[in-house]
Amino acid sequence: MKKAIAIILLAFIAVELFVVFYKIPFGADRMNVARFYLENSPKKLGVANAVTAIVVNFRGFDTLGEVTVLFLASTALGSILFRRREIHTRLSHLRTSVEASVIVRIAGRFLVPLIILLGAYVFIHGHLTPGGGFQGGVIIATGFLFLLLAYRKFTIEHRTITFVESLAGITFAGIGLIGIFLGKTFLENFLPAGKLNDLLSGGIIPLIYIAIGFKVAAELTGILDTVLSISIDVKQKEIESQTEKNE
Amino acid sequence: MSNLQILQITFYGAAILLIAIGLYAVVTKRNLIKIVLGLSIMDSGVNLLFITVGYISHKTAPIFSPSVMAKYKTIHAAAQAMVDPVPQALVLTAIVIGFGVTAVALALVVRLYRHHNTTNIDEIRNLKW
Repeated sequence: MKKAIAIILLAFIAVELFVVFYKIPFGADRMNVARFYLENSPKKLGVANAVTAIVVNFRGFDTLGEVTVLFLASTALGSILFRRREIHTRLSHLRTSVEASVIVRIAGRFLVPLIILLGAYVFIHGHLTPGGGFQGGVIIATGFLFLLLAYRKFTIEHRTITFVESLAGITFAGIGLIGIFLGKTFLENFLPAGKLNDLLSGGIIPLIYIAIGFKVAAELTGILDTVLSISIDVKQKEIESQTEKNE
Repeated sequence: MSNLQILQITFYGAAILLIAIGLYAVVTKRNLIKIVLGLSIMDSGVNLLFITVGYISHKTAPIFSPSVMAKYKTIHAAAQAMVDPVPQALVLTAIVIGFGVTAVALALVVRLYRHHNTTNIDEIRNLKW
């Protein structure tokens, strides 16, 4: 009964939404500010990927906020899931009681460097090809996830992650502030634009995207490590209940 | 029915269907993890809707790659042949924010599970008043 009401209501909402969107002329050109962005991202900035130019330069302040939200999410995750490790069992430094299979462990040795290389490629070429700091950072974090899943003794030093993350964040904000010191606006390009489709083009945009790549990779790795530490708690609970039964 | 109309119905339909499925999960499911999954599906639907609104028929991705420049010669001509890049940049932001929301929501679910030993919202009495 409840479900039927929900389905009827949702069908009504969906049909109404569809009718509204169906009335918007589909595939029609209604660019205003986007026209300016498209014309100026190759001309003024020398950036081939217009989406990157918008994200990092035209709306760079927005991206600074976005990176802050991601930082806030990783901090919140750490503080919500934080639990003082009071019980130290014999296996408390291991994440799981079972070792990953040989295939996973051997494949990890070959694949992880390649995954990290791909991630670095994606964020270094963010101004030329699809992709960028966020996507590259996520790819690098998957490499670290592979390490965490394949080797149960592999631990991530939170001090290193915090250091990389802070350094990348300071680089991003610092590049923005240099623009102010040079008499321009915050996050305005102050380096020569270079030739379109060169690796060294786009002024400050590749630098900022590399900083974002490091920051996102560090944050996501930290989040993954925090989430995986839950399994330690679960395992400790199991060990506790086992010892209780035995007693 | 023209090709463009079929494309329009497919894309808007898929996006709105995703939003409806997500809302359905949020409204009817009792398991907190399923509710978070529903929020995540809704997120995907909204992102698809954004990209669909930014689509311009018979135009290419907003990247001035060497092949595009070889085809159109000047920047102005190439810019005329590209879709709207602003929704794509906004969706890039929205995906990252969606990830953050999902991560924090799942962390809260873990916290609730530790406290109540269940993820069923009917059994968590503190949520009712």
